[in-house]
Amino acid sequence: MKMTGSEILLESLKKEGVKHLFGYPGGVVLNIFDLLHDEKELQLILTRHEQGAVHSADGYARATGKVGVALVTSGPGATNTVTGIATAAMDSIPMVVITGQVPTMLIGNDAFQEADIVGITRPCTKYNFLVKNVSDLALTIKEAFHIASTGRPGPVLIDLPKDVTTSKAEFHWPDQVKIRSYNPTYEGNKYMITQAAHMIAKAKKPLIIAGGGVISSDASKELREFAETTGVPVTMTMMGLGGFPGSHKLSLGMLGMHGTYFANKAVQDSDLLIAIGMRFDDRVTGKIDAFAPNAKIIHIDIDPTSIRKNVRVDLPIVGDVKRVLTVMNKVIHEEVKDPWAEVRKAWTKQIDVWKKEHPMDYDRDADVIKPQYVIEKINELTKGDAIIATEVGQNQMWAAQFYKYDKPRTWLSSGGLGTMGYGLPAAIGAQLAFPNKLVIDIAGDGSIQMNIQELATAVINKLPVKVAILNNRFLGMVRQWQELFFQERYSHTKLHDTVPDFVKIAEAYSAVGLRATKKSEVVPVLKEAFAIKRPVFMDFVIDWTEKVYPMVPAGAAIDQMLFREEDVKKPEKKLKAVK
Amino acid sequence: MRHTISILVENKFGVLSRISGLFSGRGYNIESLSVGETIDPNVSVMTIVTSGDDWIVEQINKQLNKLIDVIKVVDMTELDHVEREMVMIKVSPRQEDKAEVLRIADIFRGRIVDSSPKTYTIEVTGEEKKIEAFVELLRPMGIKEFVRTGKIAIAREGIKKP
Ligand SMILES: Cc1ncc(C[n+]2csc(CCOP(=O)(O)OP(=O)(O)O)c2C)c(N)n1
Repeated sequence: MKMTGSEILLESLKKEGVKHLFGYPGGVVLNIFDLLHDEKELQLILTRHEQGAVHSADGYARATGKVGVALVTSGPGATNTVTGIATAAMDSIPMVVITGQVPTMLIGNDAFQEADIVGITRPCTKYNFLVKNVSDLALTIKEAFHIASTGRPGPVLIDLPKDVTTSKAEFHWPDQVKIRSYNPTYEGNKYMITQAAHMIAKAKKPLIIAGGGVISSDASKELREFAETTGVPVTMTMMGLGGFPGSHKLSLGMLGMHGTYFANKAVQDSDLLIAIGMRFDDRVTGKIDAFAPNAKIIHIDIDPTSIRKNVRVDLPIVGDVKRVLTVMNKVIHEEVKDPWAEVRKAWTKQIDVWKKEHPMDYDRDADVIKPQYVIEKINELTKGDAIIATEVGQNQMWAAQFYKYDKPRTWLSSGGLGTMGYGLPAAIGAQLAFPNKLVIDIAGDGSIQMNIQELATAVINKLPVKVAILNNRFLGMVRQWQELFFQERYSHTKLHDTVPDFVKIAEAYSAVGLRATKKSEVVPVLKEAFAIKRPVFMDFVIDWTEKVYPMVPAGAAIDQMLFREEDVKKPEKKLKAVK
Repeated sequence: MRHTISILVENKFGVLSRISGLFSGRGYNIESLSVGETIDPNVSVMTIVTSGDDWIVEQINKQLNKLIDVIKVVDMTELDHVEREMVMIKVSPRQEDKAEVLRIADIFRGRIVDSSPKTYTIEVTGEEKKIEAFVELLRPMGIKEFVRTGKIAIAREGIKKP
């Protein structure tokens, strides 16, 4: 039977197991939207901005591991998705974005609402398609989902001209796709894995760095077994949070620019780094030349381009993290039965000393609301059993530092691109996937204003997301840098008088608004919010002077950390103390 | 060091811009680029001449391999191979130089592909050095126009460098 392109599109999405898509209508996608009107199996969530739609699809994907889907119109609808696509690309999130396009006849003619979205998104997608013929549509969709979700995941865009949505073709759903030029390597080389196991057995001061790849390949169980068998401590990149339980005794928390002192010290002092599914971003390494000077590096990653891109690697293993770790665990049990813990007693002792020297801390006696206090209380009240999304800035770093992520897919944050406005729509996507889970967006007063309109999406779809705004009346993270490196010249970071009344905003959208201005109000506000089955904005009026510590200044080695005000005022003294 | 990289790609629209975009987006240099169909009309071959240290070239190779439309990447520099490019030069020599132009063309095994009362257009193929030498010899004769293809390269069969 012949079907229209619109029918083929929806049928194909169903075949891919899609239940939800996020989107926004427009002229050239009207035929698709018309079908969605009566559609039962597929639900389209209407967002209030296309950027919201793409971030929601992204949050949905991060929380579930499935491919997130967004559907928008041509021209401005399509260009509004670019930030969301780039965000997903940088963090390797599987996503399919379908954009409408003007009729094939008009492409290239500067038609009304035309944008060359395939050209625009070429550098920030894993792949993109322009469908010129309706008979290619089903296969294109199959290929798009395949490319998005396999190998190193990423966003794929399908540009769909209007006439393709109306013209007809037979519907053939391909059982399989074979793209001759696309063959990701899944199995790690067995010889290399065995070599690695022997290197680990010999190492006295080994350390695992776990990245987002652990989460995208669902390898946390294997990682835990690996770490526990070998007794090797684990630090995580920001993207890796939740890949290994944050409250585990082998966990050193996050490393890097705002990582823990003990994680960074351990990196610098280690004799063997086992980097798993991470890419040595500059926020992780600090000054490259001074990074882990005495360590050999084993690097496991599905993407060969990540290996040796930024740091020298002594033993590369290209493959899927889960499969590599499965083999590694086997090798460790069967072939390399060293008394792991014995060899490195001194190492674990040393790490304990560092943990005591500089634990993660802040001024707990302050009367004002400290942002870290809010996060710690969220952690306590939820017992760590929530999905946390964040915006970008100080809020994001405090959320990374003071909440213990024990399970994968409970931490949704824009790592690579650092996109303000990501958190609320991402939380909405996650809440849609897990209606009964507590989903919290930890926000700054600046970032929340970038996609605040999505509160309407949450309200209308009865998605009870909670937004904890750490309101410092500043673009805090930028202000922090101005304070440290620009003599406190707060150029355009002060929001003071223009920060809206978030309680009223929430109410205006028919959501709930709560506020805490005193420390004693924090817990009651959190408890009240968590008990309400509707979206809530919590406005925590925090100490605006608070900064994110520890901090590695840009260009310094990662163990050259600043801890408190006094370190900043007397940098010479401090740097000596740390060494 | 200079590298000649041969890339087999799917013959689809947009592929060239993916490849050139990869180079520009990452700040790698393209010295020359030529594209054409292979014996299989679904496959094109691109020959790119680029330069950089080992680390950059390793990255270029890996990044190219990562592109979905790329079927195969071969760094010709590591193989024994044959390279050619072609130039077409239009010269307008003075009356007394005309014979000399024809003589030079002959020495370089050039072919006259067009002539007019005032000009000759000469086609020459060869390795880069030969092309350059040819151009230098003609330069004093009055070059009017000059087009040059990028380099193309093919591996010699079966003889790998040790
Ligand atoms: C879209 C976007 N624009 C600009 C920036 C640069 N930037 C990084 S952090 C930050 C300040 C964020 O302020 P706020 O949301 O109030 O959070 P805070 O740091 O105060 O917690 C800015 C402007 C960004 N990351 N994303």
